[in-house]
Order: sequence, then structure tokens, then C-alpha cells
Amino acid sequence: MDLDISKMTIAAAADGMRAKDFSSVELTQAVLKAIKEKDTEVKAYLTVDEEGALAGAKEADDRRAAGESGDMLGIPVAMKDIFNVKGQPCTCASKILEGYIAPFDATVTRKLREAGAIPAGRVNMDEFAMGSSTEHSAFQITRNPVALDRVPGGSSGGSAAAVAGGTAIASLGTDTGGSIRSPASYCGCVGLKPSYGRVSRYGVTAFASSLDQVGPIVKNVEDAAILLGAIAGADSHDQTVLDREVPDYRAALAGASLKGLRIGVPKEYFIDGCDPEVMASVRKAIDMCANAGAEVREISLPHTEYAIAVYYICATAEASANLARFDGIRYGFRKVGPEATLQSLYDRSRTDGFGKEVKRRIILGTYVLSSGYYDAYYNRALKARTLIRNDFQKAFESCDVIMTPVAPTAAYKLNSTVNDPLKAYLGDIFTVPANLAGICGISVPCGKTSENLPVGLQLLGPAFGEVELLRAAAACEKEFA
Amino acid sequence: MKYIVSIGLETHVQLKTATKMFCGCNLSTDCPPNTNICPVCMGLPGALPLMNKEAVKLTVMSGLMLGCEISKYSKFDRKNYFYPDMVKNYQISQNTHPLCIGGGVDITANGAPKHIRINHIHLEEDAAKINHYARHSGIDYNRCGTPLMEIVSEPDMSSPDEAMEYLTTLKQILVYAGVSDCNLEDGNMRSDVNISIRPEGQEQLGTKIEIKNMNTFKGIYAALEHEIARQTAVVSAGGVIQQETRRWDADLGETITMRTKENAHDYRYFPEPDLLPVVLDDETIDSWRKLLPELPSQKKDRFVEQYAIPEYDANVLSAQLPVADFFEKTIACGAQPKMVSNWIMTELLRLLGESGKELADIPLTPESFASLLKLLDKKTINMPTAKELFPELFEKGGDPEAMVKERGLGQVSDSGAIEGFAKQVIEANPKVVEDFLGGKGPALQFLVGQIMKLSRGKANPQMAAEVIKKQLGV
Repeated sequence: MDLDISKMTIAAAADGMRAKDFSSVELTQAVLKAIKEKDTEVKAYLTVDEEGALAGAKEADDRRAAGESGDMLGIPVAMKDIFNVKGQPCTCASKILEGYIAPFDATVTRKLREAGAIPAGRVNMDEFAMGSSTEHSAFQITRNPVALDRVPGGSSGGSAAAVAGGTAIASLGTDTGGSIRSPASYCGCVGLKPSYGRVSRYGVTAFASSLDQVGPIVKNVEDAAILLGAIAGADSHDQTVLDREVPDYRAALAGASLKGLRIGVPKEYFIDGCDPEVMASVRKAIDMCANAGAEVREISLPHTEYAIAVYYICATAEASANLARFDGIRYGFRKVGPEATLQSLYDRSRTDGFGKEVKRRIILGTYVLSSGYYDAYYNRALKARTLIRNDFQKAFESCDVIMTPVAPTAAYKLNSTVNDPLKAYLGDIFTVPANLAGICGISVPCGKTSENLPVGLQLLGPAFGEVELLRAAAACEKEFA
Repeated sequence: MKYIVSIGLETHVQLKTATKMFCGCNLSTDCPPNTNICPVCMGLPGALPLMNKEAVKLTVMSGLMLGCEISKYSKFDRKNYFYPDMVKNYQISQNTHPLCIGGGVDITANGAPKHIRINHIHLEEDAAKINHYARHSGIDYNRCGTPLMEIVSEPDMSSPDEAMEYLTTLKQILVYAGVSDCNLEDGNMRSDVNISIRPEGQEQLGTKIEIKNMNTFKGIYAALEHEIARQTAVVSAGGVIQQETRRWDADLGETITMRTKENAHDYRYFPEPDLLPVVLDDETIDSWRKLLPELPSQKKDRFVEQYAIPEYDANVLSAQLPVADFFEKTIACGAQPKMVSNWIMTELLRLLGESGKELADIPLTPESFASLLKLLDKKTINMPTAKELFPELFEKGGDPEAMVKERGLGQVSDSGAIEGFAKQVIEANPKVVEDFLGGKGPALQFLVGQIMKLSRGKANPQMAAEVIKKQLGV
């Protein structure tokens, strides 16, 4: 049987397996074959556990034979290299974790397994999720399948590249400041960042604990709804997950419409210095929504200009502590100098084990927490973060959803920001506010540039407003098709 | 020039919870190194901490015992520093919003009462244990994540003796409250001290020196004595004390510079994003307040009042909660309070001391103890018999009434039998009888002793004396 993975969605695969058109083993074989044949140039995958994937597929088929029929049953999922999957490597694309094998399952891994899904392969990322291009991987460069000389975005670039490149049906990524939405936008996928506290972070190697969220990168909004439903919900291992009911997100999409939808368009997100084609594409998409019956109004999120600074203070401060555990003592990369002292073990292991961008952020984070600077940087950032959160709270009093571009540009050429970190940081300008505010956001393809590069529309919804957000996104998807 | 000493203590107390601070590993100490660990207490990538609510409860109970104000809102922070005993290279602790604020410990200093203020009590996780060998060091992570409560005092103590008083009283209260075993050998009560001296008449405190690495109360005392002498010598010679952290070297018997102010750690505290703040309502705090035992000093006063025993007795009995409980339980079984008090203070505490055993480890129950004392009180047995039976009850337990019956140890109060013994004794000891009749008091004791001998210790001694006097017509 020849199954085309590049077109295959979760929903279609689930239907196909329910109709006995193909089995999970056949589906998984097709994914493995696609990886072998098509991932040679894109290089989305770091490692693939073929044997484990096929064993998982066999088990899923057995469960189906025993009467189970959930949407995720038998679906192989590409996992960002940040998730603990027991027995598989978990390197976060960092040399410092080279050879590290996860000794336990992340909660999302466990939930996927319980739903019958198969963690089928590990995909590339910016080291420790720090970056927006996946060029900061210690192991390989992943290319954008749409245009091979361009970046796939990041940090979940491998996830988006696998889905867009036809080597994955669906993928899980993480989003700390846009790391799901931005690569989804660059590669023409749908990427959902759930509200903070919607999905467990247990077993997800932490970058910035107060900002990290797990979410799907998939081919359409329906798949995002299905995958979110499988991973969301309270977890006895993570206090920061709220114990709220998980709705049937897929069923909630029925009858989604733009009619009467109140769309807020923040003026602060349409600024000079952005790619005019991208902006035009987003404007046109919003106009289409208006034509379809939505009420579009301009809104203001007045503290937006502080978001990048606040983000790079909060995120790096937390990262400086989260990454302190990688010290060469207990596991991972270790290097001892001729000095043979404890200090040299720390220094050399961390100097050689971490990449440049990670070290830059650890130093930045250490600095903003230092005595004498804490109040000037970290404390002020926390206050500004509250203001940004309040901006959104106020905005959502008068609109159901906020629409903005995902990124100021479409996918850019490889190597164009590697030596200009500030330029790269500014690329996150439209995505970081959602993380700072803890709200949910989704990237939906809304057009293409003259160079045929995908452009993403970002929809933002209030905290735990995933149902309304997904409904709006599904309606947009239909309208833009 | 005379100097005033100011001492403050930071006391780490291991809480008596079933599991570690942030994971489900239990707190057993006697397992091979690095076997009692999990992804959370090993800080593996992706692992997250979970709050141990029992630890919060025990800390709040400690705060209530010590008169602290309990924070309705408290939170955890990360304290960053690199050392191999910290798996995450940060410790989860409380910096800005600790669980308990204020409070204090009442001690006796030079015979007068003195209040040592507590600044705050916070909750944190313990680090691993590092063992140093000749050519390498080994790290045992079993201890990692053990819940510790840190009690930070104000620098209100002005001598090593006061510091000892403070620690002893603190330990007594915490053991009383059941929040910790405060077992120094197991390292579940450890203190760092800070100490400064200033010339008499000066208001402002002198420069503070912190001393670490004392494992015993004795060590703390010695370190303080040494440090007072050292600082006094420096200042007396016109020198200046530099702020620093020093380490107590028990072998050398002196404190040694560990790090100076310039090398002091910058812990870069910031709020722990993986844990929610601890929010407590009045209802919860009140429900925990109800679990508190009396303070030792309150118990002492009540003992004097309720059981009419001397203050000295009450002090001894209330010093240790198990002893105090044993005392009250024995009375509840019908024994006479002063008698119970006497027997505990002399016989029971002596045997416990000699055997090195804890009250909880011996088979003697309050029931059988009370039964023994009642037999004595009713004169069913006499004192020598009681004293002979007691060690056996201490060792093996048992029912004194049955033992007395089985072995025929009942005191002979049958006047016929005693009259027979008296007759024999008087006949056999004419010289002593003569002495007695001549007015020598001790002679009677001898005659009674002879009756006791004949009765194999079972005769009622008072009755024996009376019968002798009667037979001699006195």
C-alpha cells in the first residue's frame, strides 16, 4: 500500500484505520519510508526508533482489534528532541546531552501512549529551544522544505519541517516565545500554543518554566484540536497545570463560522520595519474575515513595545537556573582540564558542551539576576509582564480573538541571523507577548509571498479560550482555502 | 576593655515527613547510597517538584509552637550556586516570603528569664551528602530533597551558654511538637552561627562572622568560645574584624577562613516558577493549631497545679514528652502522683540511663507500672519487693499482681504469723532486747530486720515493729 504522508492528516489516518483501509503498522511503515526517502535534504529528524515505532504500531493495531477506536490510536507523532520518551535519546539538540537516554516518560508522552499514538522519531530544534531558526542545533541544520535555502523557523523547526516536508503526520513542539507558531508559519503548517497551565510540562526539558508550553504542529486546525485534546489536562506531576476539564476540541469545531466574530487588530503589531508582503498578506486575510461577517476593530496593546525586553530578561533568568544542572557531574558531556579541579570540570564541560546562543542566554540571565541588577532588570521585567498581561485582559473584554502577523518576515535565508542575535530576537516580537501573558495562540497559513513563501496569521485567544480560538482558526482556514 | 557578644543561630531541622520535600521518595536513612532517588530529587531534565503538604504543616506547627506569625501567602525561590551536592545547582528555598515570621524562644540565662527572638522560619530542600576519601569523593544523593526547616534567630544570645540554652529549649519544643526527631547523630538538627563582638557601651553591633560545619552542640559551644577569644584578641590588639564566613575545624579546635566578603556567594534568588505559592486560610491554620501539644513549660506548670508535685519533679518529668506522657498515663491507671513521680525520677530514669534505652523501646507499660505502685501503696507488697520486681518489669514487662501471687511475694500482714516471728526473734536476741528496753532506738530496727529475714522479706515492717513493742510491753 502506498500512503502519501505529505497529505495525510490525523483525522484522515484515523478514518482510514477505522475503515480498515490500512493498519497502523502500514501507516507507520509509510512514515518510516518517507523519512528515509525524503528527509535526506531537509534533515528534520535527529533519530528514528524504527523498531520501537513498529512495535508501537502493532500494539495500536491490537488495541483496535480489541475494540478501541480513538482519534490518536495508531498515529505516529514526531517528537521535538526536548520531550522525555523512556528509552529514547533526549538531547535538546545539545552536545551537553549527547548520549543521554531518557529514563522516564514525559506526561505528554504518557498521554500519547495511552491514546495509542506512537512517539516515532525525534526531530531537530534550536539547542534547548533557544533560537528561531533551528540553526542553533549542535547536530545538524534543518532546511525549510518549502525553500531549501531557507530556515524552517524555530525553535521547533524540526517539527514543522517534518510535517511540511511530508515525513510526519503530526508533531509535538514547545513554545516559549513563539517556537511553535513561528516555524509553523515559516513552513506553512498550523501551530498551536496552548494557554499556560493547559498542558503538563513534566518531562519536557525546561527552558523558561513560566513560559514553556507544549503544543501541536500539524497540517490543519482539526488535527491541532485532536492532538491538543490528547495531551491537555491536569497532571499530578505538574502543579502549574490547572485542573480544568478538557473539552472535546474536535467536536467543538462543528459549525465554526466567522459571522459575528469580534476580531481585535492591535495597532502596535503593524509597524515599520516588517516585510511589506507579509503585512499585506495578513491584512488581506483579516479583510477576508471581515467580508465573511466578522466585526473587525482596531485595538491597542500599549505595552507591546516592552515585550521583547521583558521576554529576554524573564526567559534567560529562568534558563540560567534551569540549565545549571548540566554540569558534567552526573550525566551528559564532561570535560576535565589539566587543572583537574572541580571548577575546571564545570568550566570546560559547560564551555564546550553548550553552543554559543545558549551560553549567551545563560550569561544574560545570570546578569539580570545578579545582586545590584535584580531590581533594575528582573524585578522591573516582572512588573512590565503584569502590564502586558493586563493589556490582553482588557483587550479581550471587547473582542473574541486578536489577529496579528506571526512574524515580521517570511522564512529567511540560512545564515542570515546567526551572527546578529538582536535581529533574530526581534523576529519574536509578535509571538512573545502571548507567552508572557499566558494566553493561547495559533498560527494559520494565510497566504504566500511573491517568492512563494508561506505567511502565517496569528490568532490569539484568552487563557483557556482554546475552544473559541480553534473555532475561529478553523473558520479562517476554510475562508482562506 | 569589656566586650559584648552577640550570637545568632540558623538552625536546620529535618522534618518528620514520610516522603521528601518535592517527590515521593521516602525518608529512610539506612539504604545503600544512591538507591533512594528518583528523577525529581535527582533534578533530571524535565522533572518538576511537587509540594509536600505535610512539610508545610509541620513547619507551620513549629511556628505556632514558637509564637510566630504564620504567613497566609508564602512562596518558594531558587537559590543558585554550583556544588556537586546540589543536583540542579540551585536549591529550592524561601527567600522573600517565608512560612513563619517572628516568634521566639524563652530561655533561662544566669537564672533569669530571657526571650530570644526568631526572625523567621522557612522551608527548603536538603542537599546530598558528600563523603571524602583519600583519593576521591563520593556523593550520596539519598539525602537530596529531604525537607528542612530553617529557624533563623536574631543575634540575641550573649554567651555560648545562652546559645546552648536556646538550642536545648528549641530541640525540646520541636521534639514535643513531633515535627522532628532533632537527632544530632543523624544530622537532623544542624546549626550555623553568626557572632560579633562590640565594646561595652557601643549600641551598634560589631561586624558579623558566620561559622559553619559544627555537627554537635558541643562543637557549637567550642566554636563560639574559640571565636569570641579570637575576635577579642584581634580587636584588643587594635585590629578590625572583616566580614567573612569561617569553618569550624573540630580536629584543630579552631575556626578557619572559608570565604571572605569579596568571595561571598551571589545566590541570585528568584521566584521558583515550578511551584505555586502556598496560600493558607485561617481554617487550615486553626486545624493545625489544634494538633499542637502543650509547651514543656506549660506542662510543668500544669503538673504542679494538677498533681500537687514539687516544681523540681514537674521540671524533670516535663523535660521529655515520652516521660511526661508515661507519668500521666500511670496516674490515669490509678497510681498516686507523688509516688509515680518519685519512682520515675529514681528507678525508671536510672534504668533508662544505664541501659541507654528509650521509653518507647521497653516493655514496661503504664498499666503494669501503676499496678506495681498500687500493690505497694496498699501494702500488699513492701518496698524491697517492689524494688526487686521493678527491674524485671523494665526488662520483660508483665503483670505485677500475677507475679506477686505466683511467687508468694505478698507482704505478710497476718498478725498471727508476725507474732510467731517476733517471739522467735525476742528469744534469740536477749542482748538487743535489753538495749532496746534501755532506750537505744536502732535496736528496734535490728529486731524488725530479723523478722523480715525470717519472713523472707515479706513481713509488713511497720506491723513487725508494732508487734515487737507490744510483746515487750512498750
